[in-house]
Amino acid sequence: MNYIWYFLIVISIIFGAINGRLNDVANAIFSGTELAVKIVLTLLGIMTFWLGIMKIAEKSGIVEFLSKLLNPVARKIFPELPKDSPIIGDVAMNFSANALGLANAATPIGIKAIEGMQKLNKDKESASDPMCTLLAMNTAGFQLIPATVIAILAANGCKNPTEIIIPTLIVTSSAFISAILIAKLLKRVFPPQKDCEAINAD
Amino acid sequence: MPIKEIIDIISLWTLPSIILIILTVAIVRKVPVYEAFIEGAKDGAKVSFNIIPYLVAIIVAISMLRASGAIDSLAVLCSGFLNKIHLSADVLPLAFVRSLSGSAAIGVFSDIIANNDINSYTTKLSAIMLGSSETTFYVLTVYFGAVGIKKYRYALLTGLSADLIGIVMAIIVARFFFA
Repeated sequence: MNYIWYFLIVISIIFGAINGRLNDVANAIFSGTELAVKIVLTLLGIMTFWLGIMKIAEKSGIVEFLSKLLNPVARKIFPELPKDSPIIGDVAMNFSANALGLANAATPIGIKAIEGMQKLNKDKESASDPMCTLLAMNTAGFQLIPATVIAILAANGCKNPTEIIIPTLIVTSSAFISAILIAKLLKRVFPPQKDCEAINAD
Repeated sequence: MPIKEIIDIISLWTLPSIILIILTVAIVRKVPVYEAFIEGAKDGAKVSFNIIPYLVAIIVAISMLRASGAIDSLAVLCSGFLNKIHLSADVLPLAFVRSLSGSAAIGVFSDIIANNDINSYTTKLSAIMLGSSETTFYVLTVYFGAVGIKKYRYALLTGLSADLIGIVMAIIVARFFFA
């Protein structure tokens, strides 16, 4: 991440200079901070609401029910998590919210899942294997119906906007499955996390 | 258009029915719903504020990149190759931007619609690309930011590889259905 962040900024400045848009690049720093804060403020409200709803789902046993229901599949995708862990229920709800196109609900629920994973994480500053898998599932952006895109197409006079549903579903499913497989593959290639707790215990 | 109407009804009802189910199950099982809501909701502000430094870092960098015109320059550089595989150069900025910024991707998509026929192959390919993607950088930043993870290990590489597979698949599938 250090190099990527560095290169994003260096490339921006170099291309800004070549294209004579250095002034725009400098202004983008301020508009970028503003945008970041706006996003956080929007997120704050949504996050508060959904963490509240999720607590109700947890206390009423819905999360636990989903965990048990999806345990066989989850064992394959998240072999690192303890059996029947409530985190699996959170992951299931995060996946369902994404699939149904409820991005606003998916993010807070996904964050709840990653918080659970962080409690089990050996090194609190680096991503554990289940976290990488969870993020693979989320960055692939699986959804059943691309409602926003259909709405834009329809608003611009497209004759049959719903004909993109099946092709989009094929693409998004294959990206989703590839993401999980790639995460499994890279898990073997990348060096394992340092075991901070073991070091501290010594 | 019956399919369109069914989708509209589904979109309208998903959210309300999920909330209805959760609350009703909770009441039946005698969970104090209001108190439980407040208990869970308390963490919302804390988690959101944790994300600020991560989000400022990445959004500033991406805003700078977009303002510099680097993505457009890259699109010009690649246009020769794109012509060879019969793709419009309009699609390329979308392929790059969709991993970086969701609002920017919708902006690029609107540009594509403005510059191309709404029922054209290019428009449909772009629609599939946009509909099948998630803003990889944003998702990583928000999730890892919330729990203070600084080393992403293979998460970014996984996300970007899956994005690339998504782009290639979009081209193949769009060609099969619409070309």
